[in-house]
Order: sequence, then C-alpha cells, then structure tokens
Amino acid sequence: MPNKDIKAKVFRDNNTTAIFNSNGPEETIWLGTIIGDLLQNGDLIALNGDLGAGKTSLIKGIALGLKSQDNITSPSFSIINEYTGIVPIFHFDFYRIGKPEDIEDLGYEEYFSDTGVILIEWAKIIADYLPDNLLLINIFMDYQNIFTRKIVFKPKGKRYEKIMEDLEAIVGTGH
Amino acid sequence: MKETIILGIETSCDETSAAIVKNGRYLLSNVIASQTEIHQKYGGVVPEIASRKHMEFIMIICQEALDKARLTLHDIDGIAVVPGPGLKGSLLVGLSFAKAVAFALEKPLIGVNHIEGHVYANFLDKELPETPFLSLVVSGGHTSLLLIREIGKLEVIGQTRDDAAGEIFDKIAKYLGFNYPGGPIIEELAKKGRNDAIYFPRPLLNSDDFDFSFSGLKTAVIYFMMEEKAKDNPVNVSNVCASFQKAIIDILVYKTFKATRMFKVKTVVIGGGVAANESLRKEFLKEAQKKKITIYYPPKKLCTDNAAMIACAGFYKLERGIIDSYNLEVFTK
Repeated sequence: MPNKDIKAKVFRDNNTTAIFNSNGPEETIWLGTIIGDLLQNGDLIALNGDLGAGKTSLIKGIALGLKSQDNITSPSFSIINEYTGIVPIFHFDFYRIGKPEDIEDLGYEEYFSDTGVILIEWAKIIADYLPDNLLLINIFMDYQNIFTRKIVFKPKGKRYEKIMEDLEAIVGTGH
Repeated sequence: MKETIILGIETSCDETSAAIVKNGRYLLSNVIASQTEIHQKYGGVVPEIASRKHMEFIMIICQEALDKARLTLHDIDGIAVVPGPGLKGSLLVGLSFAKAVAFALEKPLIGVNHIEGHVYANFLDKELPETPFLSLVVSGGHTSLLLIREIGKLEVIGQTRDDAAGEIFDKIAKYLGFNYPGGPIIEELAKKGRNDAIYFPRPLLNSDDFDFSFSGLKTAVIYFMMEEKAKDNPVNVSNVCASFQKAIIDILVYKTFKATRMFKVKTVVIGGGVAANESLRKEFLKEAQKKKITIYYPPKKLCTDNAAMIACAGFYKLERGIIDSYNLEVFTK
C-alpha cells in the first residue's frame, strides 16, 4: 500500500512518540488507510485536534483501511456513527458534549468493548472515561499553511506500540 | 369524509416530541420537550443527549399531545414513529413506545425516516405537490438531496461527505465565540455585512454528482480568521458571517438546481433547521423564479425536529398502505 507519490515519512520524536507531517487532506486520508489496515476488534484510537485539523479526514482513511464502503461523515451532531467494515466501526465525536458526565447517558460502555474498532474525535473532552490502553493521535494545524498538518502518535500499551512500529515499517522512517 | 387520526412520535436526537394530526392536514397538537422547555417546566438541568430523558418524558409528552387535541388513545388510527437516522438509544425509546401503543390498540405502525419527515413539515398547511419533486433537507445533522418519484418513497441522490450544513453554522459560530445554536446568530450578523467582502471556497461545486462537502469551507474560514489575527488586522465579523453564509447557500442552490435540470422536476421542497434561514429562502426563490420552479418552505416553527411532520408523513403512507411490521428496527445512519 505504500504510495510512491507521498514523500512524507513517519519519524520518531523520541522513544514514545512518532510524527507524520501531512501535506494535505489526501495524505491524511492515505495515512488513515494504512492505520486502518493494522487495526482489529477491540482497538481504540483517541483523536484530538482543533476545528478544521482533519480528524474526520483521518477517520475516513481508517474506515477505508478497514474496507468500509460507507459514507464517513462528521458525527458532531449525532455523537456516534456506526459503519460496516471487516469489523464494525464506531465513530464518536464528543464536540457537543457539555460535561464529561453526559456520556454516561449515551450507554458508551456497550461500545467500549471488543465488538469493533472505536475511533473517537475530541477524546480530550472525555479523557477520564477512556481506557488506559489506546493509541492517542494529536493533529496540529500549521497556522502558516492551510494544508499542512503535524500528526503525532502516542501509543499507550503494548498493542498500540506494536501498531506504531508496524506503521513505521510500512510508511518508512525518516528524519 | 372519514377522519384519520395519526399519533406521531419523534425521539431521534435530543428532543422528545408527540403530535396529533387529522387527515394529514390538520395539526391538532404538537408538543416538543426541547432542552429549554424542560428547563423551564421541570426545573433542573437536562443532559444534552439522553435516552433516559426520552424515557422520562415520552409518556408525559404523549398525554399532553392527546389532551391538547381533546382526544384519547382510542381515537388514534395509526402510530407514526421515527426508526432512524439518529441516536440509537434515543430512537429505541420512541420506537419501543410506539410499538407498545400499536400493539395494545391493534393499530398500524408506520415508520417514517427522520429526513423524510422534514419534507412533510411543508404539507401540514398545503396540498402535496405533484410527483416527481426534489427535496433538500438541511439541518444540524443532515444535508440530503432527495428525489421523490412517488409519495411514501424516496431516493437519496446526494448528501454531505463530511459536515452537515447546519453543523458548519454551529461550528463557525462557536469558533467566532458565539453560543449554540449558531445558525440564527450568523444569520443576524450576516445582515449587517457584505456577502462579497471575502471569497471563501465552494467545495465540490463542480463535481459530477450531487454530494456536498463543507469541511474545507470551515477550514478556510478558520484560516482566514487566524491570518487576520496574525497580521493584527481588525476583522469585520459581519462580513465574515455574510461571506461564509453566502458560500454555503451558493453550494446548496447550485447543486439543487443542477438536480432539477437533471431529473426534470418542477418543484423543490426545502426542509430542516437551516430552512429557517431568510437569506437561503430568498436565494432559492430568486433562482426558482428564473428557472420557473415552484419552491416550498415549511413554517419556521416546523423547521426544527418535531412530531407533527412525522404524523403528516405517516398519514400519507398509511393512505397508500405503506405500513411496517413489529420487526421494525432502529438505524443510526
């Protein structure tokens, strides 16, 4: 799946984080497809980034990587979108949640099990409710350039360290 | 003439609503427990999204709808309910309740798609238009272009690939520091601004299909604000609102009238919360006059989620024998 047109690499910032510099939404989606291909039932990805950072674009790619043919849209209004891929995909967006406790009314516990892949936008809003092990992805906007983004990976737990290593092996490490 | 009374139930998001409609045309009652109303009426804070709140209110709201219509459950000829799209837990409350009522009364259960419901918000005070017609449903959760070849059925010919139109209004309003919901605030500010002051992109305008994309427009507005701030330029927020609103409306107008040409329809029916926007109404009317197309708008109070539109759609489906079995299930998308 490596795309020769995309020159960006994943590189290690230090032992625990990796960085991918994206040059636009297409690259962000492409990176997502690679990540999606590495995921399995029970995996959880927590995404953060300002409005317009490209969280939904990355998730579009991840769903594609999980072979979903659904129309992947922002769940800001509906809070949860479900898609069908090789495994079920649960796409959360907590942008509208006023207080973290409000998610208790959503029955989120049912989703945070091993029945699919869980992708969460605005994860920081419900940080206290997240499991210890997950792949944290922060997307930073470059205020000088409307297209470029810095995508930072922080794996928590062995499973997610493995995903990050596999991602580096596929996308290639550079400096 | 035989009277047909439909009880409509809508619980797809964070509003619990029940309505009684006679013969599809006479709105006898329409009760909506929106957040604000619950705050006022029951005191206490209501979580923004809560199927449990629907559970608490569904019976009270239904009873109130019956009382206002001066009817009892035994006067009901059919129960129209939304199985989706929406929040699963919220939908389940409305659907289970509707099934129980239909089962107990031995009356038909009629599932009405939430987006389809917004189309029928137009027809509580008017005759149905001739088919085929197009419908554009624009709200905080949806941006869908529908083709209705016959009453009771619909084809989705285009939809958003990322954010819904109303969602973009809310997000930009919040970014500019205003409260939820953002649509009315942006509309108000836009009136004082020039809509040609700033050029914002119109994503997917020239794509071959009828899909929409608003995410890039959102990013463009945010970057415009950031650049001006970096340069210490004073920003005329009214101009930003007017230019941004114009970009959204241009996209909606262009795609809708492209579809009227393609599908050779003479009528466009608008629905959803964003349909309350005056500029949008004006722009659609202007274009419709040029193209000799008839435009329908719902009354403003029926633009947002309500059960009246569900009951209305339910009547026309029942009239055509389109009813559902007790196997009807919820769907989220």
